Amino acid sequence: MTDKFISIEAIARRYPGADGKETTVFEDLWLSMGRGEFGCVIGHSGCGKTTVLNILAGLDQPSEGAVIVDGQAIEGTSLDRAVIFQSHALLPWRTVLGNVAYAVTSKWRNWDRAKVKAHAQTFIDLVGLTGSEHKRPSELSGGMKQRVGIARALSITPKIMLMDEPFSALDALTRGTLQDEVRRICLETGQTAFMITHDVDEAIYLADKIFLMTNGPGAVLAEIVENPLPKDRGRIDLHRHPYYYALRNHIVDFLVSRSKTFASDVTDHDPRNVPVVRPGKPELVIASGPGDSEQASWPGLSRPSTSS
Amino acid sequence: MTSSLRFRAAVVSIVLFAAFLGIWHLATRPTAAAHNMSPEYAKLMGLTATQGKSAMPGPLDVGAKLWEHLRQPFYDNGPNDKGLGIQLGYSIARVALGYFLAVIVAIPLGFLIGMSPLISKALDPFIQVLKPISPLAWMPLALYTIKDSSISAIFVIFICSVWPMLLNTAFGVAAVRKEWINVARTLEVGTVRRAFTVILPAAAPTILTGMRISIGIAWLVIVAAEMLVGGTGIGYFVWNEWNNLSITNVIIAILLIGIVGMLLDQILARFTRMVTFPE
Repeated sequence: MTDKFISIEAIARRYPGADGKETTVFEDLWLSMGRGEFGCVIGHSGCGKTTVLNILAGLDQPSEGAVIVDGQAIEGTSLDRAVIFQSHALLPWRTVLGNVAYAVTSKWRNWDRAKVKAHAQTFIDLVGLTGSEHKRPSELSGGMKQRVGIARALSITPKIMLMDEPFSALDALTRGTLQDEVRRICLETGQTAFMITHDVDEAIYLADKIFLMTNGPGAVLAEIVENPLPKDRGRIDLHRHPYYYALRNHIVDFLVSRSKTFASDVTDHDPRNVPVVRPGKPELVIASGPGDSEQASWPGLSRPSTSS
Repeated sequence: MTSSLRFRAAVVSIVLFAAFLGIWHLATRPTAAAHNMSPEYAKLMGLTATQGKSAMPGPLDVGAKLWEHLRQPFYDNGPNDKGLGIQLGYSIARVALGYFLAVIVAIPLGFLIGMSPLISKALDPFIQVLKPISPLAWMPLALYTIKDSSISAIFVIFICSVWPMLLNTAFGVAAVRKEWINVARTLEVGTVRRAFTVILPAAAPTILTGMRISIGIAWLVIVAAEMLVGGTGIGYFVWNEWNNLSITNVIIAILLIGIVGMLLDQILARFTRMVTFPE
């Protein structure tokens, strides 16, 4: 990883506990992402995923360490880093257009009304809400509200889009459509995105890199899983890809068992050099060789290779 | 269904009102004619004794007097004989002035308390002690320091309407959803713009509710205050008519106080609806 667009360096977050002692959610956390990459963090509740995202957004400060984005240490919130909130967080007294325009005027303060409106409209069209500009959030369905949230985040043309379980409150069908939209937009615009999710399939579909976190308190970033599926993957045939189950099983195994035992199993974990895993990859190479063909057809059964 | 419900409710209201008037009318009928008494004594005793007329005016007496007042609401025959419109006007003006001053003080201060936990904790003991004081208890102090009865009444209105507005504003501002604040923060919205574009609209329904409670209390207090300071106003009118033993006028004043209070409340209710947003 030579291009470190986002670099989280040795951050820790501690909260004062009830008995005067400090609770460490995580410490010495290193994480980096390249420009245009889509990163997903997966971990159980309480591992500090949201805290990492809030620190990236500038809404929370790390107790130790620093976050560097595009060569500069971040200080507080910034219009370069847009957040899509889990609860959409639209201002209910503003219309769809009003909500997006609020973000636009925050970024470009001296734009006149017509320019702001035209710019906001572009992004409302982009998320497929043309015709609903003058509705209030209360008149929209959950999926449409989150579309407005996405339009608002995109409208300020951020360097990074931060998403905190943006689709977890939506039904499965709506979630699927919105995942398609987000993927399309990110691919079209080369948007760098960082997302927190509980949904393994969402991570597989969207992410280039999946960050696996162990259980908190004292959570660590255990592994970085590189998505071996092709960039032009589609939702429909995703699960037919030969690497799909290898990848999925690897993540599920981690969440079910290894996330609990990781701290005791792995003693030589170096938080600065987190192992990068690419499930399924070696089997493709070995598949052509004799004797291993049976294993190759079930790539999920084989242990993924580990490299740092 | 709703319109039919409203219609039926209106019918019940009218029936209840008619029943009330009927009972009132029956209860204040003249009793049997007077006893034998000397003409001079009868002159002293008035109609109550001579013709058995009830001391309590009936609905017809009140209606006739009310009509008289409504035809001439703004006459002015000197300090003790002014039209009801003038008296109500004085009261409304005092309430408006005191209330307006309270808005100017309470809303910015409430914002400060709501936004700063330090100020909130620091001012809390003062508010807790000052809030339960009856506004009329301030009256002597106000009269002594201000030395003007009319301004003292305005001060009393100010002091009684300031608390609900202050507390509701502080509560509304402090209770603005964290996520809306976070939206403003991630958009790098400055403090002043954030206060006006996020906190004010979000807290507006709570603030307006406080203002609605305040106008109700202010209207309650003005009657009592004007009874004390005298001179003008509907409260003074009530007390003056009590001294004149004109129960008819007292009843009319009570009715008008109720109607004006309702109107003031409705105005604020309308403003509250205007700023309330559905979620």
